[in-house]
Amino acid sequence: MDATPTATLPPAKGQPRAVTRPGDRIFFGLTRGSGILLLLVMAAIAAFLTFRTFSAVSQDHGNFLTTFEWNADATPPVFGIAVLAYGTIVSSIIAMVIAVPVAIGIALFISHYAPRRLAGALAYVVDLLAAVPSIVYGLWGALYLVPRMQGLTAWLNEYLGWTVVFKQSNPGTAARSLFTVGILLAIMILPIITNVSREVFRQVPKAHEEAALALGATRWEVVRTAVLPFARSGIISASMLGLGRALGETMAVATVLSSSPVLTAHILDPAGGTFAQNIASHFGEATNFGRDALIASGLVLFVITLLVNGAARLIIARRKEYSGANA
Amino acid sequence: MAKRIDVSGLTAYYGNHKAIDDISMTVEPRSVTAFIGPSGCGKSTFLRTLNRMHEVTPGGRVEGKVMLDDENLYGAGVDPVAVRRTVGMVFQRPNPFPTMSIYDNVAAGLRLNGTKKKRDLDAVVEKSLRGANLWNEVKDRLNKPGAGLSGGQQQRLCIARAIAVEPQVLLMDEPCSALDPISTLAIEDLIGELKEQFTIVIVTHNMQQAARVSDRTAFFNLAHVGESGRLIEIDDTERIFSNPSVQATEDYISGRFG
Repeated sequence: MDATPTATLPPAKGQPRAVTRPGDRIFFGLTRGSGILLLLVMAAIAAFLTFRTFSAVSQDHGNFLTTFEWNADATPPVFGIAVLAYGTIVSSIIAMVIAVPVAIGIALFISHYAPRRLAGALAYVVDLLAAVPSIVYGLWGALYLVPRMQGLTAWLNEYLGWTVVFKQSNPGTAARSLFTVGILLAIMILPIITNVSREVFRQVPKAHEEAALALGATRWEVVRTAVLPFARSGIISASMLGLGRALGETMAVATVLSSSPVLTAHILDPAGGTFAQNIASHFGEATNFGRDALIASGLVLFVITLLVNGAARLIIARRKEYSGANA
Repeated sequence: MAKRIDVSGLTAYYGNHKAIDDISMTVEPRSVTAFIGPSGCGKSTFLRTLNRMHEVTPGGRVEGKVMLDDENLYGAGVDPVAVRRTVGMVFQRPNPFPTMSIYDNVAAGLRLNGTKKKRDLDAVVEKSLRGANLWNEVKDRLNKPGAGLSGGQQQRLCIARAIAVEPQVLLMDEPCSALDPISTLAIEDLIGELKEQFTIVIVTHNMQQAARVSDRTAFFNLAHVGESGRLIEIDDTERIFSNPSVQATEDYISGRFG
């Protein structure tokens, strides 16, 4: 202990002690406390989910991973996440495919193309889009979007039906499908991806843009050589934030999707389900055991989100030395 | 590959503020011209009007004529993008593209111009890096990021990037102000070699540097803060530093300024 003198002892000769100030110590304590608190909360959530999951899954008479239907309160209980995992992933992929390019476009327009006043107005509108509650999106989706998707659905079925993906099993049914859900989710995650990307685009150093300009780059070439590469990791982060929201979105999906325990490649069919939607639909009338089963499905969603985030971090880290962070 | 610059009656604005007022000068091909003067006197602004970079700044506006041999850079129908391909620029802080390798940095301008063939690119990249006295230091790590080089190497990389597109004129905006003396010396030697091919204009705060590298020196000044910068005089460097014709120049050079 003599190597680290305590506060009451004078420092040993030849070992000048760093001066500690109360403000520093309080701040250090606060930040460390916050860090530890976060870990504790995460550990508590994980422990809770894992415990309840085990008690439910151990009594599942179906295979938890491959069973289609969700009858947790039947005797014997038979439930599985196959349809839910598929529906969650498919609807999120559709949402990402639509939302990411559009969001990047809007963000670039706001940060690099639009005149200043228009850019401000547009940014405000996008923020407004983020402020709409998800149940309102759900109601709008069910009452407005679904009837108007009928035409597009029929068109896709007729001309792209040969791709299997866009084939409708029963043409003319209401468009309460994963495809419609995906479009609705795209609109919902658009603001967060746009806002984060816009901030990243704004942070591109002027020096990099001028370097491209001085080489005789056009505006689009400046964006391509200086802005987009610099913003790459930021765009990925923004997309992951959006994907996180799409994966976990509950009310909007529950309101629009006509759920059924069917796993089909025809994304225009009113069938399927998602984790969050399934929990919302069943939680109200579920018994204690049924709730544990739902929590088990929640754990799977948690793991999927974790994997997605991990993958995103890997992508960002792989080209770290090119990130521009050291420039 | 080098052209004469002939500027007449050039005035540049930032919004309503007139940054430089009525500047006329001639820059001979294959020579180095240094711009000196106190901060805020408009040297950099003037430099940026020579490749139409000034108008990139919001509110930036230019009046007057810049002739590059027979072509007015501010003539009707002249594409600023094309101008910048003819008049290259090196900036105050080294600014290699951080997401690109050393090779890609040098090739960036060529790729913008549409050169895609690996063999052509290889040849130009090597030639440009040799031209910037950087080849021997980086030839074994062309695929490493450009941002990993030292400051002086990065600046030479930026020079290589600028000369890769074979411009007529090379503008340098305080290219050594962020560098240590040894890197500065390397760049100054390089400027001496580059002037055999290019018309070079360099802005510098370092008067010894102006005296060492340039053939002609232009002194800029402004009467008061907030007023427009003006060209006080331009003459052979030797004459500016020994026997300038304007008293203000002598005051500035000898440190008796203000």
